[in-house]
Amino acid sequence: MKIKSSVGDRVFNIVNVTLMIIICFLTLYPVWYIIVYSFNEGKDAMLGGIYFWPRKFTLDNYKTVFSNSDITTAFMVTVARTVITTTLHVFFTSMVAYAFLRKELMGRKIYMAMGTVTLFFGGGLIPYFLLIKSLGLYNTFWVYVIPGMFNFYNLIIFQAFFRELPIELEESAKIDGANDFVIFTRIILPLSTPVLATIALFVGVYNWNDYFMGVIFINNPKLQPIQTFLYKVIAQVTSNQMLAYAPGGIATRNVTSQSLKMATMVITTMPIVCVYPFLQKYFVKGLLIGAIKG
Amino acid sequence: MESAISPNMQQSRKSSFRKFLHKLNEQKYLQAMAIPGVIWMIIFNYIPMYGIIIAFKEYDITLGFNRSPWVGLANFKEFFADERFWLIIKNTVGISFFKLLVGFPLPILFAVLLNELVSVRFKRTVQTISYLPHFISWVVLGGILMNWLSETGLINIILTKLGILKQPIAFLAEPKYFWGITVVSEVWKELGWNAIIYLAAIAGIDPELYEAATVDGAGRFTKMFKITIPCISGTIAIMFILAVSGLMNSNFDQIFVLRNPLNADASDVIDIYVYRMGIEAFRFSYATAIGLFKSIIALMLLLTANTLTKKLTDKSLF
Repeated sequence: MKIKSSVGDRVFNIVNVTLMIIICFLTLYPVWYIIVYSFNEGKDAMLGGIYFWPRKFTLDNYKTVFSNSDITTAFMVTVARTVITTTLHVFFTSMVAYAFLRKELMGRKIYMAMGTVTLFFGGGLIPYFLLIKSLGLYNTFWVYVIPGMFNFYNLIIFQAFFRELPIELEESAKIDGANDFVIFTRIILPLSTPVLATIALFVGVYNWNDYFMGVIFINNPKLQPIQTFLYKVIAQVTSNQMLAYAPGGIATRNVTSQSLKMATMVITTMPIVCVYPFLQKYFVKGLLIGAIKG
Repeated sequence: MESAISPNMQQSRKSSFRKFLHKLNEQKYLQAMAIPGVIWMIIFNYIPMYGIIIAFKEYDITLGFNRSPWVGLANFKEFFADERFWLIIKNTVGISFFKLLVGFPLPILFAVLLNELVSVRFKRTVQTISYLPHFISWVVLGGILMNWLSETGLINIILTKLGILKQPIAFLAEPKYFWGITVVSEVWKELGWNAIIYLAAIAGIDPELYEAATVDGAGRFTKMFKITIPCISGTIAIMFILAVSGLMNSNFDQIFVLRNPLNADASDVIDIYVYRMGIEAFRFSYATAIGLFKSIIALMLLLTANTLTKKLTDKSLF
């Protein structure tokens, strides 16, 4: 249908589009700013006036950051943590979700009720902290993995998806003699890529961006994730410690603590910013499944 | 007691037990898939819940949850008498309230306006861009904010150039700006992400409603207010319950990054105080009591918001 557009309509369209362009600019600019700053000579950037483009282009900031073994270790810890925890989380939580969904499962109501309570009530930071300590997970890599393997809210999202799958597939597989685990891995999982991708993205982003576990559960610098490293550099007023790492002396390299921070921020953020547009169509769907369940 | 059970009942009890075993054997794979999840929940959700008892004890690491001595409500009394008690409540509720006031309606407005865009391509581009900040960590965003809000930062440069400020201000060093900074930065980060749910709700509205309204001569704004917004009111209600129940959570990750000793009077919220008392000062029982106090208020808020929304809009979470 075509409707003649009135003057008011056109004015509204123009205002609306302008508003959206402003929002996009405000959203992108801070990110653009750190990228530009990170590619500019540190000492030059201190003079100010760098807004849209590097004035003295250099890769020195990145070279310095990558030559710092603490940062590269932290980066690798983050990659390992994200990959391992996300994989295990998606597999484990979906497996439990599938089992909890099957009507014949004895204890199903109790299991689900137990999980529902956790959505509304928890022990809080201190009892959790004491638990992690007494389990011996404190200051080990496993503190990222084992407590991060399961989440009841994600279980509900998985279940909402599994419910839509045709049940005949399970039945025919059962007649062919497959056990529940085989049905789950061979039939349910391959059909569930959209929801697996969604949860993987959520859990992946969480694990990539989390700094707090590294602050409270880790004091071995070799195990600290990059966000924790960055947090320590940024939040502590004495952020010059990063400069101390710069090899070859600061004077010769034109880098400053500020420009190094910017480069670290870019390195920290880029991997996730690069993957999310590809997963967008999945997470929009996934968020909705979660929303319907409320 | 034994004699009270007739042989018949014993028989049936035995056979029902056998049935149970038989059924268990039949679904051993299924149980093997379910029980690890139950064990995980017991360890990581229920043991910490049990650990709350230390709020009523004087926790001693060497004695553990169970054997530490009871102190009754002493920890709670101490918290209520704490000189920072009202300040912390004020900060927690204040920051959340302004986040709700500004951060709740804006995504709805954004979704409605986005829906009015004519070009599908432009709409998708705006959407993709608006999600971006959600994927940036608070550490990185905190780093940008500290840089921009410092005395030599971008915000001061712009404001002094525009003549709004005569002297540059170290924004994060002054408590009076802290709430504003948290509200604006959170809206910036989550605007697009929070709009997803409303966009989807709008997409689900029957197009015939709009067509009928057009035939009846309804203009654009009439359609927006008489169709779009009423049709998504259910979603709005649910999101409102969730937002209100989170009133005691003022976003730990964000405040933890932005806080510093200079703005403590505006940045000490309950969660931060629990961290300071528990993790930094090792006062485990006291911190747990404060955390429990928060959980109870949050639970009450959830129930109240749910009941109220049910009465007003007939929509509720449970």
